Amino acid sequence: MLKIENLHARVEGKDILKGLSLEVKPGEVHAIMGPNGAGKSTLGNVLSGREGYEVTEGSVLFEGRNLLELAPEERAAAGVFLAFQYPVEIPGVNNTYFLRAAYNAQRKARGEGELDSMQFLKLVREKLKIMQLSPDLLNRAVNEGFSGGEKKRNEIFQMALLEPKLAILDETDSGLDIDALKQVAEGVNALRSPERSFIVVTHYQRLLDYIVPDHVHVLAGGRIVESGDRSLALKLEEHGYAWVAEHGEPAGASA
Amino acid sequence: MTAESIETRADNTLLRDNAEVAEALGRNYAAGFVTEIESESLPPGLDEGIIRQLSAIKREPEWMTQWRLAAFRHWQTMPTPDWAKLKIDPIDYQAISYYSAPKAGPKSLDEVDPALLETYEKLGVPLHERAALAGVAVDAVFDSVSVGTTFRKKLAEAGVIFCSMSEAIREHPALVQKYLGSVVPQGDNYFAALNSAVFSDGSFVFVPEGVRCPMELSTYFRINAQNTGQFERTLIVCEDRAQVSYLEGCTAPRRDENQLHAAVVELVALEGADIKYSTVQNWYPGDENGVGGIYNFVTKRGDCRGADSKISWTQVETGSAVTWKYPSVVLRGDRSVGEFYSVALTHHFQQADTGTKMIHIGRDTKSKIVSKGISAGRSSNSYRGLVKVEKGAERARNYTQCDSLLIGKKCGAHTFPYMEVKNPTAIVEHEATTSKISDDQLFYCRSRGIGEEDAVSMIVDGFCKQVFRELPMEFAVEAKKLLEVSLEGAVG
Repeated sequence: MLKIENLHARVEGKDILKGLSLEVKPGEVHAIMGPNGAGKSTLGNVLSGREGYEVTEGSVLFEGRNLLELAPEERAAAGVFLAFQYPVEIPGVNNTYFLRAAYNAQRKARGEGELDSMQFLKLVREKLKIMQLSPDLLNRAVNEGFSGGEKKRNEIFQMALLEPKLAILDETDSGLDIDALKQVAEGVNALRSPERSFIVVTHYQRLLDYIVPDHVHVLAGGRIVESGDRSLALKLEEHGYAWVAEHGEPAGASA
Repeated sequence: MTAESIETRADNTLLRDNAEVAEALGRNYAAGFVTEIESESLPPGLDEGIIRQLSAIKREPEWMTQWRLAAFRHWQTMPTPDWAKLKIDPIDYQAISYYSAPKAGPKSLDEVDPALLETYEKLGVPLHERAALAGVAVDAVFDSVSVGTTFRKKLAEAGVIFCSMSEAIREHPALVQKYLGSVVPQGDNYFAALNSAVFSDGSFVFVPEGVRCPMELSTYFRINAQNTGQFERTLIVCEDRAQVSYLEGCTAPRRDENQLHAAVVELVALEGADIKYSTVQNWYPGDENGVGGIYNFVTKRGDCRGADSKISWTQVETGSAVTWKYPSVVLRGDRSVGEFYSVALTHHFQQADTGTKMIHIGRDTKSKIVSKGISAGRSSNSYRGLVKVEKGAERARNYTQCDSLLIGKKCGAHTFPYMEVKNPTAIVEHEATTSKISDDQLFYCRSRGIGEEDAVSMIVDGFCKQVFRELPMEFAVEAKKLLEVSLEGAVG
């Protein structure tokens, strides 16, 4: 589904990703862990097409298409979704209205029919159950005045509605207490399917207790320096990222 | 008097010029066509002879002619105002024709020239009553004259007078004499004095005691002829406990020279009366290089003359090369309420200096000001507002909120709030914000599948929500569309 080869990217003239390779097959959940400044968020931003992130080398294929050629909205329509680490507030724009605009824009781009407000409301009600989101949030402006947990749950709710093929969760656990974390994880798990893949970017192991990954990768110095199964995450927790720096460097160098 | 200037320049990199944008801009003033119609005009120039001629054409009584002449004599003694933050080339008042009307003026709607009906049809304002917006009566003013007023019978049954100003002067002279100039005197300011001397038409509304006007009233102003100024005069009077909601819309053809529009609107609200006045102003703004466009110098003032009366102004200003306009409310009656909701959008080389004045005289008077300025291109957008609390205005309250939104890095937004408070029990609050459409907001929308232009209109629409809520429903939709069209190519 997603094939990243030797990806190099820079932000404001600074090289952040330095030869990252990763393959994600349908239905897989990949966790990407790493110390601060390793390039975790850069990966999500490059994949979803944020401006200011310059790819200098390498390729990204999504279902055989060159993802890097597409505008952000085209990537969304193709099925790529980024759950933001810091969801953005849009004052005065009703949350439901925003969601419908996004939903219909994607359908239109794919040549599918748009839903009217009644049909959409019905869909929203179904999806609300999954996220246990208060219906009240739907009538407020996008993310405006939402608590940290509400913002993150709203991201997952958008994901449930937009049904992407590939979802990238950028530090979705940051700033959440344990109850909110569980709720978010439940929402994500409900969306897991043999066709849908996830890249879960996180600093801490604890999210992976709830969203159990198929593969765990350690990102350091702009490259994946270590890959393994779930046990790698536990090892990291035990030894810390300093251990990767010593232990992982040769693996990265030979990759 | 304290004056404070908050000046902001955007420094983000949203504005990217490209050819597609330039192309889109060619499309974006849909009302820019010219109607081929035979018209009768006075020759350019302004003197007492012209004013007498104008008054004669309109078959006005002598008192009206004298009223105009007094205004003209006063105007000649006045200097052109230059205090607004506007750059305007000197206006040659002798080069303007002060009267232009389609030949063979209509006597009733059925006799209106088909070319005119088609014009209004194209503008989305059908004058055939059957085709007209349900529940809205329309007066259409073409250049200097009113060409037709709809639903007159239905309104007359309710006792409401809704007609052109020329007609009112002839048919209801006592009412006109009593109220004309009672809110905006002839010598109030330079442009009001000019208007008083040469105004050609406009709308007159009178709602008698205790009557709620059964439908929305609206006037549609159209400038068509070349080298013509439009000087309309509108007067709305609500007697005790009467109520009316009135809307005006304005467009003009695309022309390379600047055209002058200097209007005066007077509102009178007696005891317990309620007047809601909404404007969607879309005069031709000039092209992307700042050539042409309407000079829009307007004096609008409402007088809450009776206790417990209310006057509310809502304006959406997207057109004109230059806008100079401060719809105001004099809160004379105790417990009277004044409101001003404004969205002013400037793009390319447009300049707007707009705001309001709230004059608190009565006790327990309240005013609310919500101003939203949107600047794009190389435009300049200023809010200028005065809140004045007189000595006797016990417990007067004002709340002012001024928000500016910048799109691109070459535009400017300015806020000039003035406050004069002479009563210690008054509470006056002012809040101001300036923001940019952030790259974060745009990327967030796009990452969800919403294209860039749609994302911008969505964000702008959200920014204006508080004001759009105040507009009658159909016009809120129109205003939203107008903003979208006016912003085409602002980001790209």
